[in-house]
Amino acid sequence: MYAVRQWSVRNARGLEWLYSKFAATLLRLHPLFERVGYGRLEAPVASLERRLKGFMFDCHMCGQCALRATGMSCPMNCPKSLRNGPCGGVRPDGHCEVEPAMRCVWVEAWNGARRMREGDIISDIHNPVDHRLGETSSWLRVTREQSLAVETDSDWTG
Amino acid sequence: MAGGSRTPMNPDHPLPGHSSAGRLERVLRAGRFAVTAELNPPDSADPREAYERALVLAEVCDAINATDASGANTHMSSLGICALLTNAGYAPVMQISCRDRNRIAIQGDVLGAAALGVSNILCLTGDGVQAGDQPGAKPVFDLDGISLLETIRIMRDEGRFLSGRKLTVRPQVFLGAAANPFAPPYDYRPLRLATKVAAGAQFVQTQYCFDVPRLERYMDQVRDRGLHERCFILVGVGPLASARAARWIRSNVPGVHIPDPVIARLEHAEKPKLEGKQICIELIQQIREIKGIAGVHLMAYRQEELVSEIIGESGVLDDRHPQSHHKRSHKVQNIRTAT
Repeated sequence: MYAVRQWSVRNARGLEWLYSKFAATLLRLHPLFERVGYGRLEAPVASLERRLKGFMFDCHMCGQCALRATGMSCPMNCPKSLRNGPCGGVRPDGHCEVEPAMRCVWVEAWNGARRMREGDIISDIHNPVDHRLGETSSWLRVTREQSLAVETDSDWTG
Repeated sequence: MAGGSRTPMNPDHPLPGHSSAGRLERVLRAGRFAVTAELNPPDSADPREAYERALVLAEVCDAINATDASGANTHMSSLGICALLTNAGYAPVMQISCRDRNRIAIQGDVLGAAALGVSNILCLTGDGVQAGDQPGAKPVFDLDGISLLETIRIMRDEGRFLSGRKLTVRPQVFLGAAANPFAPPYDYRPLRLATKVAAGAQFVQTQYCFDVPRLERYMDQVRDRGLHERCFILVGVGPLASARAARWIRSNVPGVHIPDPVIARLEHAEKPKLEGKQICIELIQQIREIKGIAGVHLMAYRQEELVSEIIGESGVLDDRHPQSHHKRSHKVQNIRTAT
């Protein structure tokens, strides 16, 4: 929902904190997830993620969530699905070139990022979207990938 | 640098420290004030229309931009025009937009273009399909301007496709991007240029500039970040034909900012077209004085015949004569008689 999406950007700092706690909790649950099986968890977790992030951010379930780096403004709401910043067509009032009724997703992202502790990562370059990951849970994928990184990298302290 | 991997068949070796063998990169690296211009692509299958339009631009331009369905309107393709222009001895900048083709098609076009002798590629996100004559088309946007830059940089510098598959010969191209200092969020724009430079942009051509103070503020931040030393910045300019045309552009062409005083000046002019040309010349002269600007990029849609006068009267070329080579004119002549 557009109004909730805008609220999320206004509260990007709080959501950033909440997200980091949530990610740490998921990481701690990794052994449990392994026992149950990531494959078996995929459908129910993806469904929960779709509903929650759909409500909060108008999430499109690209499966490679960038919210933390985009000021809590989902880049998949950009009609050009731009993952690396605004195009040159942003209207003088900060609205979208394609959908004039909507604020530019990246103008919002910039505002959100400036409220966040680690907002500077908005400048990181993102790879093109991997369309094979669509409709899958970003939460589970990131948790599993980070756990594997912990197991293979002894210097990891996070 | 991507040197050393060029096929011995091709005599056009890049100079040391250069990515391409092209004229535009040579002129810019030599520290000369460069001039590029946009070619209005024909709605025709006749190569002569492309040559005729190139001919009026060539004598004052270091490179000619071949647009890729700009404004989401279909015209002769960018690759097609580049093939024709390269063959006739002109130096084109091939524009690639992400709107119409996915990563599979684009990477193939990059190799094809380089094989045809294209030395310059400009990476664009592209206007939305709603802006053009076929708003029902499917917008692709598989890549965006920045991932497109990175993709071509990887092909050139690492000799592989995005998938990792190796290339036997790398495309030796000078890589460019678009920049729009005149669209919000203004304080994000210099940072965005930094991201484009990190992704591979060696030059940028900006959107139309009608607001020099806004450009100066942008350039202050660009210089603070040292970006003007890592990337050649060419500022977009163009003549406005009338106040009516200016208003139309402002409300219909995405991302173009024309301040009210400019429109008022056209409105009160006796000869608006002449006034539009004069405004453009003054803008070029003011832009040239800004530290860190490497050149101008002319976009004179449907007023291409004014480009050589504008550049001549602005005095930015000094004593240079970019593409007025006799050999090239003969070549065009031969192609003309052959067709």
